[in-house]
Amino acid sequence: MKRTGAQIVWESLQHEGIEVVFGYPGGAIMPVYDALLDYPQIHHVLVRHEENAALAAGGYARASGRVGVCVATSGPGATNLVTGLADAMLDSVPLVAITGQVSSHLVGSDAFQETDVTGVTLPVTKHNYLVKDVQELGLVMKEAMYIARSGRPGPVLVDICKDVQFASTDYDYNAIKVRLPGYQPRLRGADEQIRRAAAYVNDSKRPVILAGHGIIISGAHAELRQLVEKGNVPVSTTLLGIGCIPESHPLNLRMMGMHGEAWTNHAIQAADLLIALGMRFDDRVTGNLSSYAKNAHVIHVDIDPAEINKNVLTDIGIVGDVKAVLTQLLPLVEHRNRDAWFAQIAEWQAEAKRRDILEKQDDILHVPFVLNEIHHQTQAEREAVTVVTDVGQHQMWTAQYFRQERKNGFLTSGGLGAMGFGIPTAIGASFARPNDEVWVIVGDGGFQMSMPELATIMQEQRPIKIAVMRNGYLGMVRQWQELIHNHRYSEVNITSPDLLKLASAYGMMAMRAQTKAEAAEVIAEARSHAGPVLLDFVVEQEANVYPMVAPGKALNEMLRRPVDERIASGL
Amino acid sequence: MTLIDRTNTNAKQTPHVLMALVENKPGVLTRVASLFRRRGFNIESLTVGHTDNPDISRMTIVVDANKTNATMVANNLIKLVNVIDVQEVTNEPTVSRDLALIKVRSNAQNLFEINQMVDIYKAKVVDICPESVIIEVTGPESKIESMVGMLEPYGILEMVRTGLVAMVRGSGYFSGPPPVEDNGNGNGAGMTIYEA
Repeated sequence: MKRTGAQIVWESLQHEGIEVVFGYPGGAIMPVYDALLDYPQIHHVLVRHEENAALAAGGYARASGRVGVCVATSGPGATNLVTGLADAMLDSVPLVAITGQVSSHLVGSDAFQETDVTGVTLPVTKHNYLVKDVQELGLVMKEAMYIARSGRPGPVLVDICKDVQFASTDYDYNAIKVRLPGYQPRLRGADEQIRRAAAYVNDSKRPVILAGHGIIISGAHAELRQLVEKGNVPVSTTLLGIGCIPESHPLNLRMMGMHGEAWTNHAIQAADLLIALGMRFDDRVTGNLSSYAKNAHVIHVDIDPAEINKNVLTDIGIVGDVKAVLTQLLPLVEHRNRDAWFAQIAEWQAEAKRRDILEKQDDILHVPFVLNEIHHQTQAEREAVTVVTDVGQHQMWTAQYFRQERKNGFLTSGGLGAMGFGIPTAIGASFARPNDEVWVIVGDGGFQMSMPELATIMQEQRPIKIAVMRNGYLGMVRQWQELIHNHRYSEVNITSPDLLKLASAYGMMAMRAQTKAEAAEVIAEARSHAGPVLLDFVVEQEANVYPMVAPGKALNEMLRRPVDERIASGL
Repeated sequence: MTLIDRTNTNAKQTPHVLMALVENKPGVLTRVASLFRRRGFNIESLTVGHTDNPDISRMTIVVDANKTNATMVANNLIKLVNVIDVQEVTNEPTVSRDLALIKVRSNAQNLFEINQMVDIYKAKVVDICPESVIIEVTGPESKIESMVGMLEPYGILEMVRTGLVAMVRGSGYFSGPPPVEDNGNGNGAGMTIYEA
């Protein structure tokens, strides 16, 4: 069948089951947008900035596990995608970005809106293509989708010259064979390594499992839980691993790292074995490497061979898909009594309880209270609630206080930590999970980075609940300036427009809360409203996220919230 | 089971040698070079050229093992879609060769001396003029360095080297994994679609 390049783009996506794309048209991608009119099965979401197209596609991918697709024109359109691509790269999110490029005879001539996009995006994509011949396009599209979703998922960019979009060729998707001799991700672990790993697990007295995003990506929730329960091994999660095992599980020690739970960080430092599953020992997780878990052996399972021994030298590195590896490992793991270890952890947990901000008996509206309230009110429907955060203090508090029971209910920008992530990601997630109640928690800084997307939410009528934690500061930067830069506040004061008036300009329902009672009321009210809602929470200005491992410090050298004397004395 | 000392910095090491088979496509060298730059890998030399298969090129990469872990280089290289296979051959018996062209200042008085040295090193004089000669020398890097040292007193005007190429001795051969028929339909490898 004869097809134009533009038609091949859409038909390839259709063959891959893509129903929603996020994009913004422009000169060099016009033939593709023209052809879009003939493919009404594909819903195109017009965002207000290309960065948000990439982030929304990432949100769609994170929520669905399918490939997210974004589209942009050449030059400025394509360069605006970079933040979203970098985010997907660091967080292993399957994404395909389609960009227009100037006509092939103009490439390299500094033509209007020409940028070397494959050059620009080389370090932030898993792979990319510049297509100058329409005969390659069908194969490239198929390869791009396959590379994005397989192995360690990631973003793939396809840059298509405008003349290629116009040109025609024979096209038969099913006849295209993908031959990638250099791309054959390894799934099963080496048997000898698995046997050794099982022996380490069975011999350990103080083991901790470190579970990361890989568990969620490979769908190894059940296998992880079996390992935890069969082996009687406590599990701690990374930020992106939250939800890989219910947070109410008695052996779940919850989040580790810079703002992780104190008992978890203590347990890691005191462990005699770390079993790292689909995580990558980010510096936010390890603290100072030279003092990290000095008494522990390390087993590291990852599908990406380059992660093994990158940051932490391992005793046993197993390259493979974590679900496949756990399936191999489980029969060899035996139950061990670890009462002494659990008693020690319980002691750390009791000590931390006395510092919990939720135990504070004051009338100040703290962010954790708001999050806890949203959490409580949505508990009954928790399997249909998706929580998205932006980046900063509220993100860490959401990780700490919005206890996830759901397998993949928490979406956040982990590796890149990209402010402005929340709202576009929530848009993508709400397309992936149309029946979900999608909450996005965002600070007043990140909100104003992605504010234009309120128009997208209204145009698409996505019933997203936006909770702005407005403290008038760039909170996390302010916290660092307070604690590390000697209280010297530099450019962290941030004003906001009147959010109620702003929302009303967009035609969006909005409410404000300044007290705990009001917070509970507006959350309930927002939930009863079928459409999108903006909630303006005026929160405590100078609260800090605790615990905190300052940069360069060992994981157990945490700054802690002062003990509340009244709780400590049992009042 | 003794604990690994994770704070230990490497003792002084000799350069490590990697061989890589890559697809002969535009931009592959950029991808490799970009990888080395962004990961901060220290490379002593990188050579690239065709193989007997026009679709496949071969690289020999020499890594400064005191600054860069060669296994990390190999593990990152193999992640590149266009890199077909990578092998570290530092501890294998290999034939390794570097070629240098050296332009040396000469005159009628010392030409005989230089020629003798060329004979000893089994090198060749490939160009001669009244003020200088060009010497071509092939061999392991140590031999070339030794010859350069001997020629220095005469005055080296110019030198160019190809960088090391290497091949493992014996009948085994480095040809990459067997070709794949069609790995694009999610079989063989692929992401499990996780439950929403």
